Amino acid sequence: VPSLQASRHPLAVTDEQTRTLARSGAPRFDDVLARNGLPLLATARIEVLQVNVGKLCNQTCAHCHVDAGPDRREAMSRETAAKVIELLRRHDIATLDITGGAPELNPQFRFLVDEAATLGCRVIDRCNLTVLMLPGQADLIPYLAERKVGITASLPSFRQAGTDAQRGDGVFEKSIAALRKLNDAGYGKRIGLVLDLVHNPVGAFLPGKQASLERDYRRELSSRHGIVFDHLHAITNMPISRFLEFLERSGNTVTYMELLVRSFNPVTAAGVMCRTHLSVGWDGALYDCDFNQMLALPVDQGGPGTLDDLLASGVLARRVRTGRHCFGCTAGAGSSCGGALDG
Amino acid sequence: VETYYCPHDLAKFGDMGKNRPELWAKFIDYYGSVFADGALTEREKALIALAVAHTVQCPYCIDAYTNACLEKGSDLDQMTEAVHVATAIRGGSSLVHGVQMRNIAEKIGM
Repeated sequence: VPSLQASRHPLAVTDEQTRTLARSGAPRFDDVLARNGLPLLATARIEVLQVNVGKLCNQTCAHCHVDAGPDRREAMSRETAAKVIELLRRHDIATLDITGGAPELNPQFRFLVDEAATLGCRVIDRCNLTVLMLPGQADLIPYLAERKVGITASLPSFRQAGTDAQRGDGVFEKSIAALRKLNDAGYGKRIGLVLDLVHNPVGAFLPGKQASLERDYRRELSSRHGIVFDHLHAITNMPISRFLEFLERSGNTVTYMELLVRSFNPVTAAGVMCRTHLSVGWDGALYDCDFNQMLALPVDQGGPGTLDDLLASGVLARRVRTGRHCFGCTAGAGSSCGGALDG
Repeated sequence: VETYYCPHDLAKFGDMGKNRPELWAKFIDYYGSVFADGALTEREKALIALAVAHTVQCPYCIDAYTNACLEKGSDLDQMTEAVHVATAIRGGSSLVHGVQMRNIAEKIGM
């Protein structure tokens, strides 16, 4: 399956995505914050540096907000990766969260992991699981385990139909095989090798309650496949990129945006990840989150816009740049890269 | 075209609490407790609700519990099996009443 970019789809252009969301009739996010008596989103700290090392991936998932795939070539250079490490060091940032694409396919992945681990950072690898089964990656699991890299792995359903519908034919079977290998290496067994799973709805609806989903996943994966894991993160699909293309193609854009807006939960605004995260693009540009990154909306309200600028100025305070896609993080129980925000 | 059933009316369910709100509050409290995780998970309860919705043939309930089943992680195979359970019980219920037919026919027939 080609990416939107490779197939020259109109929604490969980020402005077209923004226009499509505006046409949906959804209100402006900041207006809804104000209507609920909430302040505009702002931050002055970085607890998690989320680094998107590039868009190359061995899969082309139907909901991917990155429009990643085998045909994408954007990749972080060593020079930029070194600046990431310098930022971690200078600001004593606790967590490095590495994403992509399939971040493990980036030549700088192991450099980032090694250097961040040396600094004492907690390192998270956002893993699509099937990458662990590629012929060239046979040493990846022992490498990650040795450095105690936490793995956050996508598995939208504990059954084949849902997983394959979202992530591609045959992905479920390979994912289960990869999870078995991770368990064999000690992951998910509460010995300091964290294995978290990510559930995304397989369609235009919100995720169910995270705790309830986690119980189901735990029981089903254990009884059917003998697999254990630490936590399940339930993450709402963002109405951008390939998921937006699905919404448009299936005639669901307006109803999905209505669902997100109707489900706005004021309690979640305090915990949205842009308040504790800073997102770095493959080219060193800075964003309030990975979703803003994919909409090409860099930090522009008070904070430095690139790694170079931030390293030069040291200014962490910034107002968050919002858009209609932000309703994806505040709907229902709320959503972040760490799962639900409100139970 | 006007119809008795309108999809938008599902969102107005809460309007039933505008009169005698104390009865509505009791119902909602009970309803919430019934569908919470217990000995059965929320996902399993939503599948039961989906089957019952087909038995009582309530389009609002079918809409609500199709969404609920998907949100809670069920897929179309599982949901279809739930509807077949409802169908089997409905069909079986007709068929088992055939025993009454047989009892009567055997009593009065020659």
